Amino acid sequence: MLTSDNAFSTALTLILSMDSALISIVMLSLQVSLMAVLIASLISLPLGAALALWRFPGRNVVIVALNALMGLPPVVAGLCVYLLLSRAGPLGEWGLLFTPTAMVIAQVILVLPIIAALTRQQVEALHSEYAEQLNSLGLTRLRMIPTLLWDARFGLLTVILAGFGRASAEVGAVMIVGGNIDGVTRVMTTSIVLETSKGNLPMALGLGIILLALVTMINAIAHMIGETAKRRLG
Amino acid sequence: MNKTTALITAGTLGLTFSATLMAADDYITLASTTSTENSGLFDAIIPAFSEETGVDVRVVAVGTGQAFEIGRRGDADSLLVHDTAGEEQFVADGYATERLNVMYNDFVIVGPSDDPAGIHDSETVIDAMQRIAESESPFASRGDDSGTNRAELRLWEDAGVTPQGEWYRELGSGMGPTLNTAAGMDAYTFTDRATWVAFDNPQDLTLLFEGDEALFNQYGSLLLSAERHPHLKHDLAAQWHEWLVSDKGQQAIADFEVDGQQLFFPNAE
Repeated sequence: MLTSDNAFSTALTLILSMDSALISIVMLSLQVSLMAVLIASLISLPLGAALALWRFPGRNVVIVALNALMGLPPVVAGLCVYLLLSRAGPLGEWGLLFTPTAMVIAQVILVLPIIAALTRQQVEALHSEYAEQLNSLGLTRLRMIPTLLWDARFGLLTVILAGFGRASAEVGAVMIVGGNIDGVTRVMTTSIVLETSKGNLPMALGLGIILLALVTMINAIAHMIGETAKRRLG
Repeated sequence: MNKTTALITAGTLGLTFSATLMAADDYITLASTTSTENSGLFDAIIPAFSEETGVDVRVVAVGTGQAFEIGRRGDADSLLVHDTAGEEQFVADGYATERLNVMYNDFVIVGPSDDPAGIHDSETVIDAMQRIAESESPFASRGDDSGTNRAELRLWEDAGVTPQGEWYRELGSGMGPTLNTAAGMDAYTFTDRATWVAFDNPQDLTLLFEGDEALFNQYGSLLLSAERHPHLKHDLAAQWHEWLVSDKGQQAIADFEVDGQQLFFPNAE
């Protein structure tokens, strides 16, 4: 029954037909995951850099915790956000459960530790390399943050892509907080789960191929931007 | 990272979101079961309801156990589930004010086509399940506290069998994944007819037992309590609740077919 052949032809047919339901699912997937990565980056890049530069009691505990949270199961993150946003929960008033916003919140929680932990590690390495020069310039640690982040930008691009990979690939969290509602919160990964549960394996695999192609495209664009920038700098 | 670009992206994404959220304010969230969603019933009947009332219905398809939990927490405006005993308890506990019969379908037992337990000529479902247990043929159970799982467990109890041992495998999954797994391990399983007929990956599985009255699977609609959850869209939910049992709603359910086969039988009083 199932051959990779008909999965590829299903994927191709889907793409060529420009199915409007498929397009809205793809757009929502991208919106949710890119938004989550953007918010997580805005918070965790400075956070990771600060963690690299400052020494304070309990710092190692924070580092270990961040590293451990990189492995947070998506379904656990989803459950926490569900309990938070549920009407019976502390933020229930906001009425955000089963909306794309809830999905963004859940993915931010998943992506944030990854970007923060890897940024911390990159910036720390860079800092130990250039500590003398930076000190001789008389920069405060606060002023060092943007300098070091800028210097580490090519490495950090990969860090952000790792975060994006986590966001676009996960299904456990968005399934719980989004509810996989047709036309409202259905994204690529939840569609794949749904098609699998219907036994429509070629369709599920076809969607998987499209998702993979999309993620590859985004990675290629990021890579090209990075390479071009590097060349310009000489 | 260019700050302006980032800000523009953030703005655009934000706007798109608010647009998505504001697009239709006239909607209710319905917690229902995977069997109704996977068979395509909602795609067939919701447009008729929306056209008549201008109200959209957003379906969150979960197991019946989880649907009750969503209802208890006030996260859905309406419930359409299939566990009559559980639904009556839900009303008795004050979470819902009314429960109405909407429709029924039936459960069937599917299994490997060579039928190692020989259940195809069983007289009753009890007999069929005893044969499976006695021959210790692999049986895949949902094991997820869904309506189907609860019905299956009640039948084991009626059959005087304690389902445990190497042959009895609790999967903790929805109906679709359970069918996929049963097909993979050549196991018997207990499924609602709608999911089975709409299922595309049966491999060697085939329908082996059907037709016993004990396999009757009743669906009920619950009108949630306005007192307990005042924030819910009770007016719109009541329209849906009443439409389901109206002549038009019942006809829409009866008209829904997969491969020329009617899957749900309206039976509102």
